[in-house]
Amino acid sequence: MKIPRGKVVAIMGGSGCGKTTLLRCIGGQLKPTGGRVRLDKHRVSEMSHDDLYRIRRQMGMLFQFGALFTDMSVFDNVAFPIREHTDMSEEMIRDLVLMKLAAVGLRGAHGLMPGELSGGMARRVALARAVALDPMLVMYDEPFTGLDPIALGVIGQLIRKLNDALGATSIMVTHDVQESLLIVDYIYFISGGRIVAEGTPDDLRASRDPFVHQFVHAEVDGPVRFDYPAPSARDEFLPGVAHG
Amino acid sequence: MVDPAALLRKLGHSVVDRIWRLGFAARFLFAILRFSGASFRRLPLTIREVYFSGVLSLLIISVSGLFVGLVLGLQGYETLQRYGSTEALGILVALSLVRELGPVVAGLLFASRAGSSITAEIGLMKATEQLKAMDMMAVNPIARVIAPRFWGGVISMPLLAALFSAMGVLGGWLIGVVFIGVDDGAFWSQMQAGVDFRYDIVNGVIKSFVFGIAVSLIAVFEGYDSVPTAEGVSRAITRTVVTSALAILALDFVLTSFMFRGTS
Amino acid sequence: MNRTVLDLWVGIFVAIGIASLMFLALKVGNLSSAHLSETYALQAKFDNIGGLKVRGPVKSAGVVVGRIADIRFDPSTYEAVVTMNIDGRYQFPRDTFASIYTAGLLGEQYVGFDVGGDEAMLKPGDTISKTQSAVVLEKLISQFLFSKASEGQETK
Repeated sequence: MKIPRGKVVAIMGGSGCGKTTLLRCIGGQLKPTGGRVRLDKHRVSEMSHDDLYRIRRQMGMLFQFGALFTDMSVFDNVAFPIREHTDMSEEMIRDLVLMKLAAVGLRGAHGLMPGELSGGMARRVALARAVALDPMLVMYDEPFTGLDPIALGVIGQLIRKLNDALGATSIMVTHDVQESLLIVDYIYFISGGRIVAEGTPDDLRASRDPFVHQFVHAEVDGPVRFDYPAPSARDEFLPGVAHG
Repeated sequence: MVDPAALLRKLGHSVVDRIWRLGFAARFLFAILRFSGASFRRLPLTIREVYFSGVLSLLIISVSGLFVGLVLGLQGYETLQRYGSTEALGILVALSLVRELGPVVAGLLFASRAGSSITAEIGLMKATEQLKAMDMMAVNPIARVIAPRFWGGVISMPLLAALFSAMGVLGGWLIGVVFIGVDDGAFWSQMQAGVDFRYDIVNGVIKSFVFGIAVSLIAVFEGYDSVPTAEGVSRAITRTVVTSALAILALDFVLTSFMFRGTS
Repeated sequence: MNRTVLDLWVGIFVAIGIASLMFLALKVGNLSSAHLSETYALQAKFDNIGGLKVRGPVKSAGVVVGRIADIRFDPSTYEAVVTMNIDGRYQFPRDTFASIYTAGLLGEQYVGFDVGGDEAMLKPGDTISKTQSAVVLEKLISQFLFSKASEGQETK
């Protein structure tokens, strides 16, 4: 799997197929059991703890439900990575944070606590925090989960816009097909731990592959079965009959 | 139908699991100490935690201390009266508080007030991926979240135990001298003659310091090690209170046995 | 870095904690008298020390003048050697008599100094020669009973 610089790439697949695990491997939080992760020239999977921390400063990550620090205000949340990693003066931090918040349309909300935000707003604040240090790689873990259609569209557009503005690379893990098809440059489908299909959104829309077809058109049954593996219905419901 | 082999296997499993956790806790303590430098360089973080575990426990500690002192005063008077030595009430109240009740009861209250809230906070941060997010931002959660809470607890605990003992002595004085009418001079002079600074008070402070380390470690560890779900966090909180109580009482026995042996 | 309300509270908390410690140290404990600022050691040998304990008081005329530092058994003379730290402010004559007394019927045991009239004073490290051992209650009672019994035999 290759992820080119400057693009927005989506990794899709059903629940529980290892998408989030993949992101963790790229970020170096998990060590892959096989294979290698490379970022630029660095081998993330073989780095020491300190090197890993150095390279993570160039990464941003948006977590599934935002993962905002609940004991800090919106402003402090966005300021957190800046304060931790730079020696900027408070005035500079203030300007920078308000700029980032303005980019996600929430400059007016900087005094609120995370508990006072709606799901969509929290996601946008988390996005501002993820890009606070102008990272070269931004990872999104299920950015669309649990959002209403409007918030969903807003987040989608923001991801695209921020990626182009920062000149960064974005990797997005999701199972929201329709929204992703609109904004990404390239898509990987994974299932059962391997890539089953890849291509640009147009390729995939036209794809005849049964797995992709099922996913894109949200069909109930297909290569991904509706039934969880179980003994046959005959054995389960009529044990006496089955065994005579 | 209990299969003895299965029962034995289950028992063995839980023993191995416990030893495993113990080892992890030891490694965890080592990691806290290793990353503590950062939390002392940024003192406001630790001061904040002293506020949460210390200042917020002030009320419960001082009120309970007062009540324990009142009860000790009443009961002690009842018993001492039979031997006609009610002026020994001061020393009885002071010694029981400074040596035992102060550190132990303050420790138990501290575990249920501050320890449980530390566990809840860290567990919640873990369940909502805040710790992972911090790690991804290249900020070590042990240095930024765990160590300040640990040190906040370790600093607060001896001060709280001292406050507890002081309030208890005042409670004993209130009952004994003000309400019952034991002689004021005898109450204090007997107390001062019998309580030794190095031997009784310093040992009491050492005890409360050890309890502070134990409770804080248990609280941050249970939070950090909790299963990141709502149920997992609530279980972790229960474990914090139970384990802390057991640890305090067991450590108290060990410390007492080599602090106050033979001499008196 | 700005000062915050939180800092104020933590300051109050630490002040209360330290005040409690001071209260315990000065009002409850005997920091002032326990720390005999300068002490010197004296030794005394007793046949029997009864229930004497390390850290027990040494009194003269009822005033605490020192503490018992160490109790050893001397295997050559089969006696107990008691080392005492005496407050440097007090000097005692060479013929001071060291006895083991009991405070009240069931109280703690302590070493009492009964001062003699010698001009020369005890120097640090000296051993007090005149001592009286602890009164052992069982011995006293058995002596009493024995004498009573023998009295009774004589009168018959």
